[in-house]
Amino acid sequence: MWFYEKKLQYPVRVSTCNPKLAKYLIEQYGGADGELAAALRYLNQRYTIPDKVVGLLTDIGTEEFAHLEMIATMVYKLTKDATPEQLKEAGLGEHYVNHDSALFYNNAAGTPWTATYIQAKGDPIADLYEDIAAEEKARATYQWIIDMSDDPDLNDGLRFLRQREIVHSQRFREAVEILKEERDRKKFF
Amino acid sequence: MKELPQEYYQLLEEIQAADFVLVELSLYLDTHPNDIEAIQQFNQYAQYSKQLKQMFESKFGALQQFGNSFSDANWSWGTMPWPWQV
Repeated sequence: MWFYEKKLQYPVRVSTCNPKLAKYLIEQYGGADGELAAALRYLNQRYTIPDKVVGLLTDIGTEEFAHLEMIATMVYKLTKDATPEQLKEAGLGEHYVNHDSALFYNNAAGTPWTATYIQAKGDPIADLYEDIAAEEKARATYQWIIDMSDDPDLNDGLRFLRQREIVHSQRFREAVEILKEERDRKKFF
Repeated sequence: MKELPQEYYQLLEEIQAADFVLVELSLYLDTHPNDIEAIQQFNQYAQYSKQLKQMFESKFGALQQFGNSFSDANWSWGTMPWPWQV
């Protein structure tokens, strides 16, 4: 089972109300390479992956939910004081008529999250290569959002998240090597 | 939401720092399970994190759900602020 802990993984601060930045950031909430997709992808793959890497998928999948909460906190703080007029100016008028200022799992263009963003092939190498690619795509997305942002407080949190993608990618690459080693060993004995 | 003392943020950040070490060591140990030194450091920080949380919780209420934290006479789970509110 899972336990909630009443703290963020890393402090989230924002300088000012900025719904435009929130609109970009929602890409990492409900987008193809976002944190929801990551958490659901890894925690679903782990049932059929070799035992040697189940621990890693469980731990990284769980950490992704902590990142999802950080993104939600950023979006919430960037939009909580915005008027409907400000949301409209930021391109969030369509969001407002459907959700008020509630969060929703969609990407920056407003397309709702879909399970077609993720895969589980049952082939451990195929699954892990997808996971490595997902981390690299998420890392790139964080960089593009940082490039669009002029909020130094927000960028501090975004840089933390960008670096986590690098660590996850490295650990998944090590998992691939562990499985290859195991496979080659079986060939000889 | 009433103003929180500076101490809330300081203690919370110490916990976040200690728990970050634990997350990093967990992922590392998942792919390097035979590194005894890393395991020792993991146990040392697990102990340290528990101490920090006990101190935080005696002042600001439970951090963890479903009995992983003790409660005082006031059930503070719903009244103390949520992470996105601080």
